[in-house]
Amino acid sequence: MNRKVMDLWVGVFVAIGFAAILFLALKVSNFSASGLASTYEITARFDNIGGLKVRGPVKSAGVVVGRVADIRFDPQTYEANVVLKLDSQYQFPRDTFASILTSGLLGEQYIGLDAGGDEQMIPAGGRITKTQSAIVLEKLISQFLFNKASEGKKHATE
Amino acid sequence: MGPLARFFSVIGANTIDRVWRLGFAGRFFLAMLAQSAETFRRPRLLLRELFASGVLSLIIILVSGLFVGLVLGLQGYDTLQRYGSSEALGILVALSLVRELGPVVAGLLFASRGGSSITAEIGLMKATEQLTAMDMMAVNPLARIIAPRFWGGVLSMPLLAALFTAAGIFGGWLIGVVFIGVDEGAFWAQMQANVNFRDDVLNGLVKSAVFGVAISLIAVFEGFDSVPTAEGVSRAITRTVVTSALAILALDFVLTSFMFRGL
Repeated sequence: MNRKVMDLWVGVFVAIGFAAILFLALKVSNFSASGLASTYEITARFDNIGGLKVRGPVKSAGVVVGRVADIRFDPQTYEANVVLKLDSQYQFPRDTFASILTSGLLGEQYIGLDAGGDEQMIPAGGRITKTQSAIVLEKLISQFLFNKASEGKKHATE
Repeated sequence: MGPLARFFSVIGANTIDRVWRLGFAGRFFLAMLAQSAETFRRPRLLLRELFASGVLSLIIILVSGLFVGLVLGLQGYDTLQRYGSSEALGILVALSLVRELGPVVAGLLFASRGGSSITAEIGLMKATEQLTAMDMMAVNPLARIIAPRFWGGVLSMPLLAALFTAAGIFGGWLIGVVFIGVDEGAFWAQMQANVNFRDDVLNGLVKSAVFGVAISLIAVFEGFDSVPTAEGVSRAITRTVVTSALAILALDFVLTSFMFRGL
């Protein structure tokens, strides 16, 4: 086969090959989101993290502002120590409230940050003190049943 | 010699043969790497091999990728809609293609399409004593024939795997969004939210690069080591396809257990 035709075809092959990689990077995966330019870490302690996973999103007002970097169990306090990696263009006040929420009924769990009113911001390496644990469905149901049962008793004694 | 001694000597001879061949393949690989500089000094040689193993494999890779994606779309939808989560079709199609099916199936196809033709070409050159003739003319066949084919395969394989994956995702989109009517926004958004570039896409590409090295090495080695007869060449081609397939699947298991531990 002559040189020019071969050049052309190899050029086309390499070009569409790289286009496919670019497609996988930009359209299929979260290349832009995973490459947070500069980040800082803060920690938060939770009594119960439910099904939270490392790399899960951290959202504020529904916008992804960071990711869960690490989850450890603290044997001293018997709490879960969660390290959050936040985009450094977002700063949060000291009295920010962190809660573990679920997207949809069966969706993945994420950390929601509700900003407080403090003048001072949480520094890098700082800690969120106000947290709310994940809602565990079994506990919720048993609480509901106990409430119903005690209500029934009240009615009976009246 | 008693039957027991004969039994053990058969095992011994087989073991020694295998180990010798493995050692020969290792020395062959090193010698070829040492002679690889010429391949990159003369891009003309590499270009021809990129055409032979890359461009000529394009059709089979793209068409197979499309069909694998179509089947994944149909089967995935059938299962997911039972749990009312048909929007997760995008994740299912993308993750299975990016992580496993793309590199592995593209590797198997490349071994049978590109690897076998490399073995056949080199084996036939050996059978018709072209390699010996080159040696006589002080042209090193390792540098002139073997290394360009090896590098052509190594460079083509990741691109082919990426094309296979992209074609498969297009197939999944075609079935899921266009024919069945899964919401297009949810399809892409869920995919993007759950496919990680470094952990999934990049690891898939690393896998395909490793498969590319394995397939190309097996293909050129079997060709170079073939018995220079018509039967010997045909056996070498068979061995290329069988060994490559086994190597791909075994390497895939090893790489997966390292890459996706605890994910």
